[in-house]
Amino acid sequence: MNLHEYQARDILRRHGIPVPPGEVATTADEARAIAARLGGGGGGGGGPVVVKAQVHAGGRGKAGGVKLAANPAEAAAHAAKILGMTIKGFTVHRVLVAPAADIASESYVGIIVDRTSQRPVLMVSAAGGIDIEEVAARTPEKIHRLAVDPRYGLLAHQALGLALKLHRDIAQARATADIMQRLYAAFYAVGASLAEINPLVTTRDGAVAALDAKIVIDDNELDRRPEIAALRDTSAEAPSEVAAREAGLTFIKLDGAVGCCVNGAGLAMATMDLVKYYGGAPANFLDIGGSSNPQKVVSALQIITADASVRAILFNIFGGITRCDDVANGIVQATRAFPLKVPLVIRLTGTNEELAVQILTQAGFPALTDMDEAVKQAVAQAKAA
Amino acid sequence: MSVFIDQQTRLVVQGITGRDGSFHTRQMIGYGTKVVAGVTPGKGGQLFDGVVPVFDTVADAVRETQANTAVIYVPAAVAASAIFEAADAGITLIVCITEGIAVLDMTRVLPYLHERGARLIGPNCPGLISPARSKVGIIPGNICRPGRVGVVSRSGTLTYEIVHQLSTQGLGQSTCVGIGGDPLIGTNFIHCLSAFQADAETDAVVMIGEIGGTDEQQAADFVQQAMTKPVIGFIAGQTAPPGRRMGHAGAIISGSSGTAAEKMAAFARAGIAVMKRPADVVPLLKERL
Repeated sequence: MNLHEYQARDILRRHGIPVPPGEVATTADEARAIAARLGGGGGGGGGPVVVKAQVHAGGRGKAGGVKLAANPAEAAAHAAKILGMTIKGFTVHRVLVAPAADIASESYVGIIVDRTSQRPVLMVSAAGGIDIEEVAARTPEKIHRLAVDPRYGLLAHQALGLALKLHRDIAQARATADIMQRLYAAFYAVGASLAEINPLVTTRDGAVAALDAKIVIDDNELDRRPEIAALRDTSAEAPSEVAAREAGLTFIKLDGAVGCCVNGAGLAMATMDLVKYYGGAPANFLDIGGSSNPQKVVSALQIITADASVRAILFNIFGGITRCDDVANGIVQATRAFPLKVPLVIRLTGTNEELAVQILTQAGFPALTDMDEAVKQAVAQAKAA
Repeated sequence: MSVFIDQQTRLVVQGITGRDGSFHTRQMIGYGTKVVAGVTPGKGGQLFDGVVPVFDTVADAVRETQANTAVIYVPAAVAASAIFEAADAGITLIVCITEGIAVLDMTRVLPYLHERGARLIGPNCPGLISPARSKVGIIPGNICRPGRVGVVSRSGTLTYEIVHQLSTQGLGQSTCVGIGGDPLIGTNFIHCLSAFQADAETDAVVMIGEIGGTDEQQAADFVQQAMTKPVIGFIAGQTAPPGRRMGHAGAIISGSSGTAAEKMAAFARAGIAVMKRPADVVPLLKERL
């Protein structure tokens, strides 16, 4: 689960990391009021602020979602433009208004879990403020990494050693080392899979602060952290994906015409790939899981058909533990409750496949047992429709 | 001989009285696996189905039954704890079926296992099966046939699909291992490839990977350097968009890294025959056997 910048900043602040002030506005008037209160330029408000779109998309600046405003009136004007703007498919509902910082230098500090070393890895770079993946791709020598032993955590000397890669000034290095240790603590405390401060800035008066933050939470942490789960912003997600999650399905919308309903994530991906192999394009990823519950089948069909570009629907079920006859019954009940306007191609094989074919045939649905044949038919029907 | 499990496997089932644990325990016993004990805290002293003794702790089960392998079906919230417990009790092969363990829990579990010399398969995996000998986990026995092809995969039902194609077209399996779809797992492709290379009863290996991470790329290097047996590879997720988790927690393209194209290219460079679709598995294998 992605957090917004303002939510990530709150978490860092709660862990004792210096974060400049900033508040969230949902209207231009609110943005004006915040700018009047917090605006920089000697304190006391009214000075320059930055207005930043709060959406789950990178490249906000390039898309016009981050603007500098000299005064509260300009802040209101920028907020009016940014609110409601669409960035990479996401509509902006909130902006963060923060005093413009007096920046002397920018660096990057981030933590991820590295799959190869199987440890949390701290990454720092003096090339802050820009896309760290670009830095990693073009000038990997500018990124310093440290795999942390989770039994002992990030040790003080390790943090200082990394901080000295970013600062010549020892006071600043100590401040940054402290921020790194606090970031590491926050990483475990909130169940993050990524936490980054980009940029970590030094100001002209020598202070170190986290200007922008990004935190991604491991979805597997949410059940035991209700206070973090409550930060989810469903208005920032595709409605179909919210509906799928509420129905207990994993769904990702794509832009093709063949709706896919599959049991198991690997088979679901392989089915999408086969649709492409036979000249079609998948409309979605959908893992219906091991369940043959008709209600799940109904939810899946509702979610898939809500997409107007879907021209045919393909079921691909491999019955291992899941019984094919249960799924067949689910499809029959679901389509009675929810008649379809697009053709349906069903493939089932494995446990109780003969019974399933019989159930479907009696209900007027042709059933296939070969995956390639089913995909070919679904692609052809989507093209004919 | 087979890989990781055989007739010497003495299995303890953690979560034996739960819905999934009890169903799959019956399946495993029916397949011939020696299920010597079950563990459900608070139910020690009971007999599961009148035959399998249930203990409160894994330590009790090991002491009383000499169990050497554990399979875990407990809910996600307590699954990391179940792995710690099994390792602490001296179990050397732990198979965790449970999906949904937090990655940060795994960062603590894995060094603990390493210090004790225990192997973990999974989590979030279907387990493993040596057809006609033993099965630990949930892979349906009826789709497998004994034979000489090793199968290793990050997936569940996709593995069944490919194993089904092998079995129905006359190619049996020595062992099928599901290593799991999570970002941090106990046993990776290289561990399995290495075991298959050493196994006198395996002639060729089918490796089923997917987007996310670099495990397949590292496995490709291993195949090139250390394997003499033919390897056939498949990568799921050619049509997956970047930055999205495709069901499995580990199936995500980060930036431009972990794509199917990159992994398939690594396979091809290493001399691994690349399947374009699941149905290619039998023809590609038959060309090489």
